[in-house]
Amino acid sequence: MQETINTTVLSERDYFEEPDRQGLGIRSLKKGQYFFSLPQYCVERNDANCIRCLVCVRQCTWDSTYYDPDRNVVYNRHENCVNCRRCEAMCPTQCIQIKKWGSGFRENYHWNPKQMISVSKQADTGGVLLTGCGNDLHYETYFDRMVIDASQVTNPSIDPLREPMELRTFIGRKPEKFDPEKASSISTQDCPNYVCEIPLIFAPMSFGSISYNFQEGLARAASEMGTYFNTGEGGLHPNFHQYSKRAIVQVASGRFGVSSSYLKNSAAVEIKCGQGAKPGIGGHLPGEKVTGEISRTRMIPEGSDAISPAPQHDIYSIEDLRLLIYALKEATEYTVPISVKIAAVHNVAAIASGIIRAGADIVVLDGFRGGTGAAPTVIRDHVGIPVEVAIAQVDQRLREEGIRHQGSIIAAGGIRSSADVVKAIALGADACYVGTAALIAVGCTLCQQCHRGKCAWGITTNRADLLPRLPSDVAAERLKNLLCAWSHEIKEMLGLMGLNSIESLRGNRLKLRGVGMNSEELNVLGIKQAGV
Amino acid sequence: MPTTIDAQGIYYAQVNEQIRDLVRRGENEITLTNVTGQRYIGGGIQSPDLKITVRGVAGEDLAAFMEGPTIEVMNNAQDGVGNTMNDGKIVIHGLAGDVVGYGMRGGKIFIRDDVGYRVGIHMKGFKDKQPVLVVGGCAGDFFGEYQAGGCLVLLGLTNSRKFSVVGDYCGTGMHGGVMYIRGGFKENYLGREVKHFDLTNADIAKLKPILEEFACIFGITEDIYDFHRYRKIIPVSTRPYGQLYAY
Repeated sequence: MQETINTTVLSERDYFEEPDRQGLGIRSLKKGQYFFSLPQYCVERNDANCIRCLVCVRQCTWDSTYYDPDRNVVYNRHENCVNCRRCEAMCPTQCIQIKKWGSGFRENYHWNPKQMISVSKQADTGGVLLTGCGNDLHYETYFDRMVIDASQVTNPSIDPLREPMELRTFIGRKPEKFDPEKASSISTQDCPNYVCEIPLIFAPMSFGSISYNFQEGLARAASEMGTYFNTGEGGLHPNFHQYSKRAIVQVASGRFGVSSSYLKNSAAVEIKCGQGAKPGIGGHLPGEKVTGEISRTRMIPEGSDAISPAPQHDIYSIEDLRLLIYALKEATEYTVPISVKIAAVHNVAAIASGIIRAGADIVVLDGFRGGTGAAPTVIRDHVGIPVEVAIAQVDQRLREEGIRHQGSIIAAGGIRSSADVVKAIALGADACYVGTAALIAVGCTLCQQCHRGKCAWGITTNRADLLPRLPSDVAAERLKNLLCAWSHEIKEMLGLMGLNSIESLRGNRLKLRGVGMNSEELNVLGIKQAGV
Repeated sequence: MPTTIDAQGIYYAQVNEQIRDLVRRGENEITLTNVTGQRYIGGGIQSPDLKITVRGVAGEDLAAFMEGPTIEVMNNAQDGVGNTMNDGKIVIHGLAGDVVGYGMRGGKIFIRDDVGYRVGIHMKGFKDKQPVLVVGGCAGDFFGEYQAGGCLVLLGLTNSRKFSVVGDYCGTGMHGGVMYIRGGFKENYLGREVKHFDLTNADIAKLKPILEEFACIFGITEDIYDFHRYRKIIPVSTRPYGQLYAY
């Protein structure tokens, strides 16, 4: 019976079918899409508990759930389900469960389903596979093999609830020397810094890749928590100019939204050279996501792909980078620090040293776990290096060269918890960018469909009907809570190490020990083996 | 009387600080003399009434991120003229280097002679705000690469390139805006994302005032209104790479 029903609906939806000779429906392949009809997930509905409220039908943006009024039954096109869990979360009787479909393919260690489906999709279309979010492959995470030291007997730990604990961080170039003559009015003219009350900054996510409401939530949470958000490369919507002093504004190869006021009114200007999720390639906001307001903010035709070239075409060398850094310093009259963001890649230490020497006040290292709104899957999954080793190497190199004070290091890409933040800072970072965690805070389930512009949680879409799913005040509140929780935890961890300020943790690798690493790994990270 | 700054032997940061200082004090006309490649002149300045005259060779990133002023260079300019400029007008009585008008968002640039590579790349435009870049001479490779809006005009008056007034990969990745090119170019130099057409009356109506302004600025006596010699180049799709990706 089930078979017949499915087939009826499928044939209405322009599916290719075998002639139905025996009067039995025969489920067949959609034109040119072989594995498409092999579902990865199964939406299981406990029909006894279903009250036919149809919330799941309305909430599903993937065309996976539909209602047949004649039979009064809710059906699923399982092959369309992306496991975003929106229907599960919204179902008032909790009668939906998304499960993995059956056996998947026959067990095979070498050919996992992801690889097989990728091959099939490419055979269907001849196209490059796109994805969202960060690298999801099984590479060892160094954060998980580092443990933190604590004070016992020989030195006192500090109780952050009753004793002062300093999380304030100054981001930017520091003066060459302290001049007591000028001590009463330390001039920031030469070394503008921006002040973070907590060492957590919202990672670059552009308006267009994320929703209007979510960006407003980020801006508001950052303002209220004394930290900053990063505009990404999509410019700053006119309505958000009130938050511009809390914005780190990006200048990327597409130069979207870059105007004189955008630069001057910011907290910092960031030259985006690379992104951890897609090192070495440009940005690409799919045309589906370039709707009215995005088209206006970016100044490109509606429905066109927002193409950011792979290189910045005025930067072909460190000397050229210096040219752009100083063009921005001149344009902002030396009032804001200039940041340069690169993907963590091989030889990152030498690159970072060049960046600081070129005049940048901040270098952002984006590791290969960093998220994206759209990137070719093959690049997201296979290019770049872990941020942990990049931080350690860059910090070490800048110290050896005696230029660590000339620039701050910001770590980005895969920071999941306050523990990751503490470890990143102990390895040598000044602060961390938080992107994916901020998305999860507002409902993201990492279904990796950001590039399709149909986010069922209303986070990575600007479709008018989906925007209300994430109101900006809800986003702001949840993000504030996240920052607040992490700050408390960071303070607790500082306290147990016997430190009372985040500055004392920076580059303090004696507070870290490695577990289960070989000596080369320990050496690259600059930490000791646990137990010694 | 315009205020004059003698830039002889002065570092660019001081020259630009002096300019900004004069602008803050309400100066509307500034002349720079003996300019020998000082960078960033006019960079980021927001002032619609300001006029800067540059005597000498303007350095890299002239008028980068500028919004409003008019800059007239009485000689050549180096790379990056009008980098991401937002509004205003730049006139170069000579030639200019590479990446002129990169990511330009508004305003006008007029260059009398030739330009280098990757000129007018990623120019943008939205509704009424459409930048205009006119090059009197010839252009190198990647002219108008990724163009997303605005109007690029290439006149080929200098005859400095033998077979084609524009270099290879012209309009590669173009997905918006329009290009008008006068004089012959090799068809295989055009990017795959564009096609060329005859000018329509609407094109002529749009182009004519731009050409008149150009001719007036540089005192061009040659007939540049021979519209049969122009080709209009526009993108064939607003999504040149829409088919590149799987579902």
